[in-house]
Amino acid sequence: MATVNVRYFAALRESLGGSETVDIEPGQTLGQLRDTLIARGGAHAAALARGKAVRCALNQVMADESAPLIAGAEVAFFPPVTGG
Amino acid sequence: MPRVSIQTDDFDLSTEVAAVRAGDAGVGAIASFIGTVRDRSPGEPAISAMELEHYPGMTEAAIEAMIDEACRRFPLRGVRVIHRVGRLLPGDQIVLVVTSSSHRGAAFQGCEFLMDYLKTQAPFWKKETTPEGARWVDARVADDEALARWGLRSGNAA
Repeated sequence: MATVNVRYFAALRESLGGSETVDIEPGQTLGQLRDTLIARGGAHAAALARGKAVRCALNQVMADESAPLIAGAEVAFFPPVTGG
Repeated sequence: MPRVSIQTDDFDLSTEVAAVRAGDAGVGAIASFIGTVRDRSPGEPAISAMELEHYPGMTEAAIEAMIDEACRRFPLRGVRVIHRVGRLLPGDQIVLVVTSSSHRGAAFQGCEFLMDYLKTQAPFWKKETTPEGARWVDARVADDEALARWGLRSGNAA
């Protein structure tokens, strides 16, 4: 089974931890991975819920949810950024 | 001298400007921007401290890409970006952007472009501590609109 490394930052890190390894299906997109995590229920469902502002990156580049995943990728979910 | 530094330490404007100018007699204009920690926002409780988190690796790469884009758009001769992370207090410096060019227009524009880009596309998050507790700062639609002036779309806050 292929896996990706999922990382969380800011408020998402506080509720879900810093990172975890997650199994993916071939051809799965970033958005589908988010839905898979939501389907676990609990803290994941609350933190990643549809309607909450969650941004994502794929291999350390900002990405949208249509981006396809490949095995071994680094995925990140986080709130809108607020630097500067 | 790296173009981008992410650090807990403070920075000194004069030192950084001198480094950007050093050895380049073609520089005729230098612009700089420093962002600092406010003690409060209008209508909000006083801020006693701020914690800045970032995404190591992605942060540096994202800002390097922003500088490349700034250099494509404006005839810049030198760029320096420093962003602090960790615990900061009201009045502390957070971010520095320095740009140099032959003439002032590019220096001003490049500096503003980089700050607008950084506010919405660099992976930093601010958490404020107030008497009412700690809270993550919300992204502002106004920052997306600032980037839109340069013809770049951002849905960061939306």
